[in-house]
Amino acid sequence: MSTQVPEEKEQTETEQEVNAETEAEITESASYGDQRRADRDAQRQQSVSGAPADIEGESFQLKVFRYDPEVEGKMEPRFDDFAIPKEKGMTVLDALIYARDRYDTTLTFRHSCRQAVCGSDALFINGRQRLGCQTQISDLEAPVRVEPLPHQDVVKDLVVDMEHFYDQMHAVEPFFQPEEDPDGDLEEYRQTRENREKIKMSTRCIWCGACMSSCNVAAGDNQYLGPAAINKAYRFAMDEREGENMKEHRLNVMDQEHGVWRCQTQFSCTNVCPKDIPLTEHIQELKREAVKQNLKFW
Amino acid sequence: MHEHDVLVIGGGGAGLRAAIAAHEEGADVAIVTKLHPVRSHTGAAEGGINAAIREGDDWELHAYDTMKGSDYLGDAPAIETLAQDSPEETVQLEHWGMPFSREDDGRVSQRPFGGLSFPRTTYAGAETGHHLLHVMYEQVVKRGIQVYDEWYVSNLAVTDHDDPDERECHGVVAYDIKTGAVEGFKARNGVILATGGTGQVYDHTTNAVANTGDGAAMAYRAGVPLEDMEFVQFHPTTLPSTGVLISEGVRGEGGILYNSEGERFMFEYGYANNAGELASRDVVSRAELTEVNSGRGVEDEYVYLDMRHLGEERITDRLENILHLARDFEGVDGLEEPMPVKPGQHYEMGGIETDENGETLIDGLYAAGECACVSVHGSNRLGGNALPELIVFGARAGRHAAGADLGEAEITKGKTAEIEEEDGLDTPVEPGAVPSGDDEAVADGGDDVAADGGAAVVEPDETVRRAVERERTRIEELMEKDEGVKHSDLRADLQQSMTENVNVFRNEEGLKQALEDIREVREAYQDVYVNDPSRTFNTDLIHTIETRNLIDLAEAITLGALARDEFRGAHWRQEHQERKDDEWLKHTMLSWNDGTPELWYKPVILDGEDKTYEPKERSY
Ligand SMILES: Cc1cc2nc3c(=O)[nH]c(=O)nc-3n(C[C@H](O)[C@H](O)[C@H](O)COP(=O)(O)OP(=O)(O)OC[C@H]3O[C@@H](n4cnc5c(N)ncnc54)[C@H](O)[C@@H]3O)c2cc1C
Ligand code: SF4
Ligand code: FES
Repeated sequence: MSTQVPEEKEQTETEQEVNAETEAEITESASYGDQRRADRDAQRQQSVSGAPADIEGESFQLKVFRYDPEVEGKMEPRFDDFAIPKEKGMTVLDALIYARDRYDTTLTFRHSCRQAVCGSDALFINGRQRLGCQTQISDLEAPVRVEPLPHQDVVKDLVVDMEHFYDQMHAVEPFFQPEEDPDGDLEEYRQTRENREKIKMSTRCIWCGACMSSCNVAAGDNQYLGPAAINKAYRFAMDEREGENMKEHRLNVMDQEHGVWRCQTQFSCTNVCPKDIPLTEHIQELKREAVKQNLKFW
Repeated sequence: MHEHDVLVIGGGGAGLRAAIAAHEEGADVAIVTKLHPVRSHTGAAEGGINAAIREGDDWELHAYDTMKGSDYLGDAPAIETLAQDSPEETVQLEHWGMPFSREDDGRVSQRPFGGLSFPRTTYAGAETGHHLLHVMYEQVVKRGIQVYDEWYVSNLAVTDHDDPDERECHGVVAYDIKTGAVEGFKARNGVILATGGTGQVYDHTTNAVANTGDGAAMAYRAGVPLEDMEFVQFHPTTLPSTGVLISEGVRGEGGILYNSEGERFMFEYGYANNAGELASRDVVSRAELTEVNSGRGVEDEYVYLDMRHLGEERITDRLENILHLARDFEGVDGLEEPMPVKPGQHYEMGGIETDENGETLIDGLYAAGECACVSVHGSNRLGGNALPELIVFGARAGRHAAGADLGEAEITKGKTAEIEEEDGLDTPVEPGAVPSGDDEAVADGGDDVAADGGAAVVEPDETVRRAVERERTRIEELMEKDEGVKHSDLRADLQQSMTENVNVFRNEEGLKQALEDIREVREAYQDVYVNDPSRTFNTDLIHTIETRNLIDLAEAITLGALARDEFRGAHWRQEHQERKDDEWLKHTMLSWNDGTPELWYKPVILDGEDKTYEPKERSY
């Protein structure tokens, strides 16, 4: 089964090696680790009914974007195909890890928490921005096609440069700036339940960058703050603990050429956000607030 | 060479808090972290932060609960510090804007948690860790603290004194993941390790893939003792395919555990006749595995956690997040089907030995957070006590490293007059480094600290420079090899053996088997090679270096577990079904001396500020 056939290119030397290794893994145990794993798997199979998934189970095709600016043979972007045995509950991230650990250890992508909180594996999967770890293979049509986030510079394979995203997040003064402190070290600010509810969704952002990548406006205007940063500003502007003057300041930051007014309410950010944050709604609300504030001065 | 007053390694909860504290103390501080800070695993914490901030509660109650929960293996000065400092630290988070859940009067909410005599767990929905992490990162941005993100720290720059007690840490060596450049970082005042947990020692864990215990392993090899590593907390409800955590909240709301026969086994087989599903984590984990081992598990692997009877309304209201987790990570609809669960590694209670000020045995080297063991959790951590540990001891380490006077620590470090040597632990294989016969071989990070290869003690700049040289050689060697063993195979073997042999259930035979397996992996590691020739974002290289760290930590856990022939907290031994206070009220200490792990013990401190904590039975 699992041969890896580079789609648009001839095989390079390393790829052939990988191929050879892949074959060996399935037919006979090639290396130390494989031997031991084969033994253990065999032992396990005796107690668990059914054949091992990676020998007889159904498999699907995973097409992965490959590129490395430094390595001969990978400088031309291409797609590699991997045959991945299907398992119940398998996510796209699981499939990528399988491809990397079993077939090609040079396959590169970011990942860590594998539970949709660290935001490091936002990818372009079957034509849509999603978290690899949050996407079930069973929800996708084969072949499963995985690419880096569009509109961002590719560092290598599926890794994109996040600097611009971080810069935009930092540009909105993303920290709490209350006007006065509560009396006493152990005294809290009072915040109503309603106010907390109001900002709750906006605080869920995991900085994955999916929204920014899906936004046509951001793609065309590099200075546009973008949905994630505006949502961050919303989180503070709407927090009653910061006070009215600060809110005014925050709205002024939003009420700029490359701020809220750039948004064309296409909803693409809202559609892809893995945390279901109503981004477009938040941007619209800030527009309204900015208008109200401007009216006040007239 | 980069240079700062204080270097913080790691940008999770502990690292960020340490950096902010050092900055407030006036130090020029930088954070060096292999993940961008907001990607750290602290973001996964769900439940909350314990802090005695309400009328009717006080720090002494918190301290008492923690000592009891620890099964009397925590040190009183550490536990009392935790309980005393956490109210102010928690309210500090609120002052930084943390969106805590609120009461009707606008004050932050608290809820009950296992093992607490007062509902003192302060929380922000079921995403407390996410908010804590982001709020502190915001403060780092506000202060303009420099962050070197996606820089991997691969070794410490420590002087070459024979006696670890005399060694000094002057910085670290790190490489820029994006470009592969290996560089020195000098710390004028101190280096704080805040590198998080070690979950990747096991193949089934709630921890992130990045939790490979790098800091603990580096400190260990530099001569700092590791403390109580055998105490690994397993959580009873994790999803079988990924290890993603299903919060205790499900059982709290009335969720029921069933075996494959449809029996409610916690009662049916008498595992916990009073508390049932709500017994403590170790009890429930043991019950589940007993069911599986008796042939009553589902697919020979897991049991069912059912919440359907709670009704859709209640579930979506209080456990919405759980529906998402079960759906996204197991493909199961919790409203329609029971969820499969099994125990998974969750938390490492042991770690780098520190005192209440975060100081380690080596001058200039600090540790805080899950990688450290100041000994607040002893043999069993109470839920909600790790997050206060991050902020309390993170802040203390930061202040102390920046030069603040926090007073004399009561917890001693290293070998003092009171230590007790382990004599004659019967190990089936020689633990520790594999003799290479080649003095120059450094591919596995080297076995001794010597930044200068054994020559005379050197100046800080020179110590860092030489450490950089060694790392450059090490990385080159790893990259130059064209064939050999893949780290992923070694890691998988290690994880599998640990899961089979050093899990919830432990016995002598299994522990010895694990030591043999670890040895085999260690030997095979001599032939490890990095397939990826690229200097750009070489994760193959990172995972290879991490794997070496996992080997050392797996061995430390197993050695400690083999030696401790009693049953305490999370450490269950088949042949020894009782807590042996006469013999074992002491911390397991492991030192890496010239490549050989040496085991010894130091007494537990049960004397608090004005009372002594008397060991009592822990009943369920
Ligand atoms: C699923 C889950 C739920 C939990 N829920 C709770 C809870 O409700 N309450 C509670 O009190 N505790 C909880 N815990 C425990 C608690 O969250 C952790 O113990 C704690 O967050 C660890 O924080 P840390 O700062 O020590 O490490 P991490 O947050 O893991 O941070 C480690 C940092 O070190 C960096 N790093 C690691 N190695 C290197 C290296 N070689 N070079 C450079 N940087 C490096 C990483 O990039 C990262 O930034 C939970 C844990 C888990 C896994
Ligand atoms: S708003 Fe949503 S899509 Fe955008 S970065 Fe945050 S979590 Fe990701
Ligand atoms: S791995 Fe963390 S969000 Fe997917």
